[in-house]
Amino acid sequence: MSKELIRLENCTMEFDGEVVLDNIDLYINDHEFLTLLGPSGCGKTTTLRIIGGFQTPTSGTVFFDGVGINSVPPHKRAVNTVFQKYALFPHLNVFENIAFGLRIPKTDPETGKKVKLSEGEIRERVMDMLRVVNLNGFEKRRVNQLSGGQQQRVAIARALVNRPKVLLLDEPLGALDLKLRKDMQNELKRIQQAMGITFIYVTHDQEEALSMSDTVVVMDKGRIQQIGTPEDIYNEPKNAFVADFIGESNILDGIMRADGVVEIFNRRFQCLDGGFAKDEAVDVVIRPEDVDIVPEDQGQLKGTVTNLTFKGVHYDTIVDFYGFKWLIQTTDYCPVGSRIGIKIDPDGIHVMKKSQYSGLFGDYSSYSEEYDEIGDATLELQDEAEEGERNED
Amino acid sequence: MRTKLSWLAGPYVLWMALVVIVPILLVIFYAFTTANSVELAELEGGLAGFLSMFTLENFARMGTYTVIFARSFELAAVATVVCLLIGYPLAYVMAREGPRFQRMAMVLIMLPMWVNFLLRTYAWMSILENNGILNNFFESIGLFSLLNAVFGLDIDHFSLIRTQGAVVLGMVYNYLPFMVLPVYSVIIKLDQSLLEAARDLGANTSGVFRKVIFPLSLPGVLSGVTMVFVPSVSTFAISRMMGGNTQMLLGNLIENQFLGGAYNPHLGSAIALVMMVIVVACMWVMNRFGEGEEQAVML
Ligand SMILES: Nc1ncnc2c1ncn2[C@@H]1O[C@H](COP(=O)(O)OP(=O)(O)OP(=O)(O)O)[C@@H](O)[C@H]1O
Ligand SMILES: [Mg+2]
Repeated sequence: MSKELIRLENCTMEFDGEVVLDNIDLYINDHEFLTLLGPSGCGKTTTLRIIGGFQTPTSGTVFFDGVGINSVPPHKRAVNTVFQKYALFPHLNVFENIAFGLRIPKTDPETGKKVKLSEGEIRERVMDMLRVVNLNGFEKRRVNQLSGGQQQRVAIARALVNRPKVLLLDEPLGALDLKLRKDMQNELKRIQQAMGITFIYVTHDQEEALSMSDTVVVMDKGRIQQIGTPEDIYNEPKNAFVADFIGESNILDGIMRADGVVEIFNRRFQCLDGGFAKDEAVDVVIRPEDVDIVPEDQGQLKGTVTNLTFKGVHYDTIVDFYGFKWLIQTTDYCPVGSRIGIKIDPDGIHVMKKSQYSGLFGDYSSYSEEYDEIGDATLELQDEAEEGERNED
Repeated sequence: MRTKLSWLAGPYVLWMALVVIVPILLVIFYAFTTANSVELAELEGGLAGFLSMFTLENFARMGTYTVIFARSFELAAVATVVCLLIGYPLAYVMAREGPRFQRMAMVLIMLPMWVNFLLRTYAWMSILENNGILNNFFESIGLFSLLNAVFGLDIDHFSLIRTQGAVVLGMVYNYLPFMVLPVYSVIIKLDQSLLEAARDLGANTSGVFRKVIFPLSLPGVLSGVTMVFVPSVSTFAISRMMGGNTQMLLGNLIENQFLGGAYNPHLGSAIALVMMVIVVACMWVMNRFGEGEEQAVML
C-alpha cells in the first residue's frame, strides 16, 4: 500500500526483571490505521509509550522513517498522544489546553528556524478542532468542569490540532457512552482519512478494532499473537487465543486426515485448509453463526439443546454434542431439550495449529444465564491466573 | 451525620473565641482609645462619655513611624524573595530525586528546627560578631592584611552583625523551611502524566517547567510566601539579636509600647492593627491573584 513509517524491531521491555513486552516486531505504514488489541495488561500502553518516547525498550530499536529514534526525546518526535487518562492541564481552560502544542515554537525542517504561529492562526485552528470534536462553546470552561467524555474529546483535540504525522491513541473512547462512542469512531476514522494521519490506536474492544482499522495487532502477555486485516483476524485466526478474543468461537480438537479433510468427534468434515501433516492434531474453529441447524436425521452431528437465550437478532443456542457444548447463533427457535442436527459448510470451518492456548478457550460447557457476560469462561480456566485478565466487554 | 457531629467542633470554636477573637477585639478597643480618653470618659460617664472615649489620636501619630513600617515590610519582602529563590529550587530538586535523597534533605531542613530558636540565633551572632568566628577566620587566613595592602585600607573586620543583611539572614535562616515544605508537597503530588503530556506536545524541559510545573506549584508558593512573610514582618527577636538597636522593626516598636520604656499599649495596639490590616490586604490580593491555580489543583 504505502511506505513504512514506524518500525519496532525486536523490542523487549522489562520492568524489574518482569518481561512486559517480549520481542515485538511491528511496522506501521504511512496513513495506516493500526490497532493494538488485547486484554488488560498485555502491554498495549507500553508499546505506545515506546513509540511516543516515554519509555526506552530494554532491548531492540524503534525506527521512524528508517532512522533509529531510541534516544530521541518525546518532544522531538513527530508523534502526539491521546493519553489513556486524558492528562489535561488543570490550570488551563479548554482553549488553552488545545492551544498548548500550537504555542510552542516549532523548528522548520527546511530553514532550521523557529517558527511561531500567530495568535489569529492559533485561534482559528483551536476553534476548528473544537468543532470537530463537537465542543463548540466550551473553550472558556475549566477542564475539571467537563464530563469524562468531554475531557476525552479535549484530549483528542489537543493532540490532533498539532497535525502530527502519527497520532497515538490509548483507548481514547473508553469513557464515552455507546452512541457517542459510535459517532466518535466514525469521526476519528473520517479525520484520519481526511488529514492523512497515521493512527496507532489502542483498544480492548474487538468490535471497535474490527470496524475502524486497516490492520489489527492482537496481543497477549506481551507478545504479538497475530497481525492482519480485520477480515484475516476474524476469519483466519492463528490460534485459540485470537479466535476466542475476536468474537465468539467454538474451538474443538480435531485431526487433519488430509488436505481439506478434518475429523471432529470421529466424523470427517470438508474444509478449505491444508498444509498440515497427515493425522496432525489441530484446533478447529467454528463460528457460532456458521452453523446451520437441520432436522436431526440430516445432521452431520446430532445434539441436544441445553440452553436458549434470546438476543434480538438471533438466539444464542447451546447445544450438547457428545458432552461438548457449542454455541450456535441462529434465528431458528429450538426449545431446550429438543434434538437437532447441524451442518457446517467447508468455509465455516477454520483449522489452526495447536498452540499454548489450545484447550483453554472455546468451550461453552459452563454456559448459563449468569455466565452471559463472560460467555466462554470454562471451569478449568477458572484456576488459571489469566482468567481475570480476560474479559469480553 | 453532619449536624450530629458538629458539636465536636465546639472546643475549637471556644478556643478560637478565647485566644483569637477576644484579643483582636481588645486590640481594636485599645487602638481607638488613649489612656487619657478612657480616664475622661470615666469621669464624664453616660453614653456621651462612652462615645467620647474613642479617638483616632493613635493613628494620627503613625506618620512618625513610617520609616520603621517601610523597613519592616522591605526586609520581610527581601527575606521572602530570598527564601523563594533558595527554597523553590531546593523543593523542586527534592521532589524529583529518589526517596533516599528526599528523606535526607527533609531531615537536614528540619534539624535546625529542633534546636531552640534563641540558641540558633545566638549561634549566628557568635558567627557574625566583629570578633566572631567568621571575622576570626578571615583574619587567620590573612584576608584583611591582603585587602589593606592591595586597596590601601585599614580594616580588621567586616561589619556583619547589626546590619540589615544580618536581619534578613536571620529571617531566611529561621523561616526557610516554611517555604520549602509547602512547595515540596505540591510538586511531589503533581501528576506525572501532565509532564509527559507537555513533552508529548513539544515542550522541552524548560517549557515543561514554565508552562506546567511552575503554574501548578503556585498554591504551594503562595502558602510558602505567607508563612515566611507574616512572621518576618512582625518579628522582634531576630531584629533585636541580629540587628542590634540599629534595625528597629515593627515588632520591636510594638514590644516597646507594651513592655518597654515607651509604655503605651494604646499606641502599640494601633500599630499592630495597622500592620495586621496591611498584611491581610497583601495576602488577600495575592490569593486573588493565584486563585485560579489553587482551585485547579484542589480539584
Ligand atoms: N512503569 C512500570 N513499572 C512496572 N510495571 C509496569 C510499568 N508500566 C507497565 N507495567 C506493567 O506492564 C504490563 C503491561 O502494562 P500496559 O499498561 O502496557 O498494559 P495495557 O495493555 O495498556 O493494559 P490496559 O488495557 O489495562 O490499559 C502490566 O502488567 C503492568 O503492570
Ligand atoms: Mg493501557
